Amino acid sequence: MSITVLKPGMLTTVQDGGRFGFQHFGVPVAGAMDDFSHRVANILAGNEQDAATLEITLRGPRLRFDDDALIALCGAELSPRIGGTAVPAGKPLHVRAGAELGFGESMAGCRAYLAVHGGIDVPVVMGSRSTYDTAHIGGVEGRALREGDVLPVGDGDAPPYPGLRLQLEHARHAFAAPKWSVNQHGEKLGRSPQVVRILPGRHWDAFPVAARDTLTGSAFRLAVESNRMGCRLDGPAVMADGSLEILSEAVSFGTIQVPPSGKPIVLMADRQTVGGYPKIADVAGIDLHLLAQLRPGDRIRFELISLAQAQALWRKREQEIITIREAVEKHLAE
Amino acid sequence: MVPAARFFPMGDRAIVVEFGDRMDVALSAHIAALAQRLRDSRPIGVRDIVPAYTTLTLHYDPAAVGAGSSPYEALAETIGSWIERQPAGASIEGRTVEIPVCYGGAFGEDLEPLARTRGLSVDEAIAIHSETTYYVHLLGFVPGFAYLGGLDARLSMPRRQTPRPRVPAGSVAIANEQTAVYPLETPGGWQVIGRTPLQLFRPDAMPPSVLNAGDAVRFVPISAQRFASLSGGRA
Repeated sequence: MSITVLKPGMLTTVQDGGRFGFQHFGVPVAGAMDDFSHRVANILAGNEQDAATLEITLRGPRLRFDDDALIALCGAELSPRIGGTAVPAGKPLHVRAGAELGFGESMAGCRAYLAVHGGIDVPVVMGSRSTYDTAHIGGVEGRALREGDVLPVGDGDAPPYPGLRLQLEHARHAFAAPKWSVNQHGEKLGRSPQVVRILPGRHWDAFPVAARDTLTGSAFRLAVESNRMGCRLDGPAVMADGSLEILSEAVSFGTIQVPPSGKPIVLMADRQTVGGYPKIADVAGIDLHLLAQLRPGDRIRFELISLAQAQALWRKREQEIITIREAVEKHLAE
Repeated sequence: MVPAARFFPMGDRAIVVEFGDRMDVALSAHIAALAQRLRDSRPIGVRDIVPAYTTLTLHYDPAAVGAGSSPYEALAETIGSWIERQPAGASIEGRTVEIPVCYGGAFGEDLEPLARTRGLSVDEAIAIHSETTYYVHLLGFVPGFAYLGGLDARLSMPRRQTPRPRVPAGSVAIANEQTAVYPLETPGGWQVIGRTPLQLFRPDAMPPSVLNAGDAVRFVPISAQRFASLSGGRA
């Protein structure tokens, strides 16, 4: 079973839950930028939550399903279409062999996730299928998709939703979708400014009060140079005390580093494993997916919360995912 | 003596354990050894253990640590008592890795100007670089890139004015008080003085990196012929 890449889109990569266990060798974690959408797409497609999906950025690819497939799309609203018909997100879809999935205008958010039942079955490198193109590892030959690539899909077990499959035989379109869908936070994607919660960072106390106030009291914009390594922020300068000397040490997903320019950088999925700039704050895990969905020029504000609050919110997020999984499971046999 | 450990949260999914505040070979070696032992003990919910100059960072899954209580507090307590139980003194495991280097020429175009600037002959510069023992404080920047401590001050040299768009994998280079090997072809502004035929990062090998934090490193000068035979025609 396979998918053929007719057009690669702006930046389409294979990503899973990330490459853990090798950061001490300097190997970045990579993985899905928006882990929430990635996990929900997998749940809908009847996969394990960390199965490999396609991360689709702003301008989507054109893909042909070489066999019947069960798929799901979550995350950014990038106007997906099959055979001229709009394709709904947040629900499973049985698609017919030969169907072509294309994308149009990007309406909201930056990254969509396409899960396929069985998972994208590229070779596992250091425990993960995630693409990290700087070191040419994971994904398809360690790079973003190109025209003509043929993506193998895992065998998996028999696809769920047998009724939906029957429906496809009589459907007018090349796909069949159920009436139900899951809430995958689509309404949060277009907010302006996007409010992102942060915790005081390693060097919070070493930053002047003025710098901390600037970070929490100003609106920033996502700079065009932003990528999978980091979200770069345009806005008022956040200046560290010049005497602050930092020895390189580990950084995390969401760590906000401040280089001498005073332009904060939020470290994202492809971040280096260590950094030498002062770390003023860290984005709470609960809001990382909102950052991943910002588009260049989008406005963003930061709101300070405590570690206890952040970890309680994360627990709620895990509960929410369990609730989604249980709701989807009720439909699997339909 | 085991330095006292201080704990800091880094966001809601990492914990930084700090053992000191300045660069010191014995301190990084101690931290590297602790990191290895902690990794071997496979603490629940911990996904990565990253040693650095003065700190050890644990990346954890907050949903898999300390159900009911604060995941951060629970993990800090577990790791704190684990560190207290570690024997003092048994920290350095003392592995020395030899890295063959073909110095100068097409492999190290900056060697001759560097030696001239520092008032040395090329042979003297090679001798100084290869007779020093270096220590791996940490890895980072790109996979397999080791931050080495111990460069002789006579070889210290600022970065190039204009970075090169491509520095070949295996390039041995100097910037200020540091020397390092580029494991991958990347852009770079360091002064390139030679090249090793050794592949420092091999994604299909286990471990994928030749160097690990806490290792001692010696550079061994080799000829261009030896380079060719060691690289098997790869370079």
